[in-house]
Amino acid sequence: MELSRSRSRSVLIHLLMIAASIVMLYPVFWWVGASLKDASEMSSAAIWPKKPVWDNFVKGWNFSKEYTFARFFGNTLLMEAWNVIGAVISSSLVAFGFSRIKFALSKFWFAVLLMTMMLPGQVTLIPQYIMYNNLGFVNSYVPLVLPHFLGGGAFFVFLVCQFIRGIPRELDEAAKIDGTSTFGLYYRIILPLILPALVNVAIFTFIWSWDDFMSQMLYLNSIDKYTVGLALRMFIDQFDVQWGQLLAMSLLSVMPSALIFLFAQRYFVEGIATTGLKG
Amino acid sequence: MSILSTKAKREAGRHLTGYLFISPWLVGFLALSLWPILQSLYLSFTDYSLLEAPRWIGSANYKDIVHDPLFYKSLTVTLTFVFASVPLKLAFSLLVAMLLNRSIRGINLYRTAFYFPSLIGGSIAVSVLWRNMFGMDGYINKILSIFGIEGTGWISSPDTALGTLVLLNVWQFGSTMVIFLAGLKQIPKELYESSSVDGAGVFRKFFSITLPMLSPVLFFNLILGIIGSFQMFTSAFIITKGGPANETYTYALFLYEKAFSQFQMGYASALAWILLVIIALFTLLNFAASKYWVFYETEAR
Repeated sequence: MELSRSRSRSVLIHLLMIAASIVMLYPVFWWVGASLKDASEMSSAAIWPKKPVWDNFVKGWNFSKEYTFARFFGNTLLMEAWNVIGAVISSSLVAFGFSRIKFALSKFWFAVLLMTMMLPGQVTLIPQYIMYNNLGFVNSYVPLVLPHFLGGGAFFVFLVCQFIRGIPRELDEAAKIDGTSTFGLYYRIILPLILPALVNVAIFTFIWSWDDFMSQMLYLNSIDKYTVGLALRMFIDQFDVQWGQLLAMSLLSVMPSALIFLFAQRYFVEGIATTGLKG
Repeated sequence: MSILSTKAKREAGRHLTGYLFISPWLVGFLALSLWPILQSLYLSFTDYSLLEAPRWIGSANYKDIVHDPLFYKSLTVTLTFVFASVPLKLAFSLLVAMLLNRSIRGINLYRTAFYFPSLIGGSIAVSVLWRNMFGMDGYINKILSIFGIEGTGWISSPDTALGTLVLLNVWQFGSTMVIFLAGLKQIPKELYESSSVDGAGVFRKFFSITLPMLSPVLFFNLILGIIGSFQMFTSAFIITKGGPANETYTYALFLYEKAFSQFQMGYASALAWILLVIIALFTLLNFAASKYWVFYETEAR
């Protein structure tokens, strides 16, 4: 009796969850379907086209006269490579400093770091733009890449700090007795142990800077430097928008994030959980 | 004497090493945060078009802003957006997290399904999708017409445009949900068991155990949710372009256009500082209020 009641309850929860999952992912299903529809089928409510075609992808890929999407993907991926390298190196260095070395005012600076997490980007936007403009860096990737080398975002430093604090200090002591330098301690002992946290930093840096549309729009003006996001915006601003092609290219543009997510899911959930909880 | 000085030297070396390690962040903070904040405060008292040197005009920008109907419009739009999407998103993600917080098969699959939209939702691509789906002959209206309902242009109608943006925001509840889920896992099972023995019902358990135990996580999500929603830009820029009739003209959009379409850098800096003060006030208010409802376990010990 008791068993059957809990069983029917779990069936109910499953039904609810399946229904909710479908509702949540429905726009995505439709998106995939729409990208495979030809112009005559775009107006139908059917989620899947009767005759799926790759036309939208082929034409969308070549929508701009000057460059194909290969160029825009290439630009974005190159920028992302630098962003990820910068964020991983600088967040691990800074986090090590904060969590393993006792230096003057370290508590104060850490509090400042936490406060910058709440700082709205709009406040620094204009002076930063003026500064980069004066230095001649507008229409280059420098304003987009440089911040990742300078701390890589307070959030990531915090994430890695939380991780390092979970590593027993006895390891440090042992390494010190063996005569390891502080940098050696960072490089040879701590760095290998915080790899899971750094994978998280890399993933989120990749996804967030992919989506950071406002900065890309501000700092990149010439088409040869455009990222995928900017190319999509150029696509929308056309006089006669080909929705099928636009949807196909937008779908393609979220593929890198989606693939990373599918392959690194485990890290994702753990990463969010540790920072979220201990905040 | 010499022992003391080597000790002092080692001490100084340690401070230096510490600062060396945090120097990437410290340089970034000074050059890309602190200096720009101070500079934007200065610029907010000037007239500056980027072409000529800034000209000091005192508090004229602030006086103009107070009389600018667009300032009030954008502030109202943004506050409406914040007050609609933050509570909705929190409530929804907490509800789903509680449903998922049990050992059922396939939980990872559900979690993936719920998390995925929050992963891609901030991208310009999803804004494109939204604009298409909620358009006059978009997918949503097609579905409605099957049921014999005549839809409107959800994005072109002033009454519903902001609603579509709120919906897009709430659709991305997954990351908040994952944080809640992790928080729920930390609550000791014994608390629920002993309250069951005492005959507590579902609601009683929620208000007496779940909510207090989860309050720090809820607080964290609330603060970050408010700060994030105040700065909403991409979706308003791509989906509605601030329209129709400025119904989705968010504060960030207003600031962006003042600065980079009209090149009124001084005016836009004043807007930025007002935003900073508003967000700081909200955050302080939240911290003050948190004394009454956020429960930290260490207090009880």
